[in-house]
Amino acid sequence: MSQLQFFGKGLPYVKPQEYPGVLISIEGTDGVGRTTQTILLREWLEVQGYGVVETGWTRSPLIGRAIAEAKLGRTLNRFTYSLLYAADFADRLEKEILPALRSGFVVLSDRYVFTAFARDVVRGCDREWVRDLFGFAPIPHLVLYLKIDVPTLIRRAISRGMVDFFEAGMDMSLGDDPYDSFKQYQTLLTREYNALAKEFSFHLVNARMKPERIHERLRSIVSDFFAQRKFHNWQVPADLDHSNNAASRKQKPFPSSENLPVVTP
Amino acid sequence: MINSLLKPHDFPGRLIIVEGIDGSGKSTQIRLVQRWLESLNYNVFFTEWNSADLVKKTTKKGKKNRSLTPTTFSLLHATDFADRLVSKILPPLKAGMIVLADRYVFTAFARDVVRGCDREWVRRVYSFAPRPDIAFYFRVPIETSVQRIMMARQVLKDFEAGMDLNLHPDPVESFKIFQGRILDEYDRMSDDAGFIVMDAVASIAEQQRKVRQAVADRLTAYNRNPRIA
Repeated sequence: MSQLQFFGKGLPYVKPQEYPGVLISIEGTDGVGRTTQTILLREWLEVQGYGVVETGWTRSPLIGRAIAEAKLGRTLNRFTYSLLYAADFADRLEKEILPALRSGFVVLSDRYVFTAFARDVVRGCDREWVRDLFGFAPIPHLVLYLKIDVPTLIRRAISRGMVDFFEAGMDMSLGDDPYDSFKQYQTLLTREYNALAKEFSFHLVNARMKPERIHERLRSIVSDFFAQRKFHNWQVPADLDHSNNAASRKQKPFPSSENLPVVTP
Repeated sequence: MINSLLKPHDFPGRLIIVEGIDGSGKSTQIRLVQRWLESLNYNVFFTEWNSADLVKKTTKKGKKNRSLTPTTFSLLHATDFADRLVSKILPPLKAGMIVLADRYVFTAFARDVVRGCDREWVRRVYSFAPRPDIAFYFRVPIETSVQRIMMARQVLKDFEAGMDLNLHPDPVESFKIFQGRILDEYDRMSDDAGFIVMDAVASIAEQQRKVRQAVADRLTAYNRNPRIA
């Protein structure tokens, strides 16, 4: 049950082994509140005693900077764009995600390969090629999809006053002003995300709700999932309530040391 | 999926590539082809692997602190290749020129598989590359290649020797094991890739004579001043 499944053949040089951790990805286009929700979810999980490791797109120490520089110089074509992101992901997968899963952590991934599946296709890459490219990626146990409609997204982006060059897809020459470009790019992207949501059974959450409400929804999805998976079915008391009587304390025992995830440096 | 490596390309130009392990003499041979074609007034463009600098800093850093895995190693080189393809190889091909490439995707097919990547996966990653019109493979025994490299510059670079794979503590021995596996991979792909296999032990002149003959045979339908888009 704690073996990982991969989109393709995985990593042939990594021996099959036990991965007691859980991989959760949070997907959604820019501006849906993904990062805020990741932080809230992490906090909530940690309060309950789960070890959490966060990872996010382009955050690898090896390649993250190269991507930033390449974007700045606007020297990327659709292939190099996809391949650099794949390299960044591979680096994080092997150095952060897999070791954490091996040690029983909950890995919260702010965006995952679905982002590449959606974006790269919109940018003109062959659908099959992108999927094959990421054949080494494990399929997450749970995908939380913050879904939003394009008009709401546009109004939010405008209120914030900043539309990133690539977020707007301006490099794709979709329109000659930022509004048209952003709208068209996000429309295409949302279409891809929605198709992926069906294909990979994402858990849909309406991202038009207030952040607190979204967080509540995410909590309930994650709780249900953990229960169903019998993931760490012990609980660390979330408060230091000394009034608990012996009986209720028995229902909430501290984890024995064997149950605790082993942390390897 | 469309795998452009499996069918001839539609560009008016021609793509001639050379492959082989280090010390096979392939670079010498392609240089001589370049001189020859230029002397015949063909429009020639020469390009070699690793000439692009999009990811140079990253690969250098990764090699230095040994933080590259087979997959990141492979993907960074694929990025470099894609950059080189789009910026250096495709424009002259579209313009109807003859492109001479010192190493092509087959280098990655061999090297990445030896490093542990899945054979099929690597081929799919590179499936956007056009199929070469002529692909020479300079086949040489390991001993000959080691001799040539030692004569020329005395040191084997760690990554050419596959030192990171911990095959052997001695760089020369490690090189032999590593390049031996690369040779096996080249042999294995030879048919699919459509290699013209050259005996790279023969004299430079003898090899060049055969190379020029093969090029001449295959350029018969080539129009050096095509209508271009």
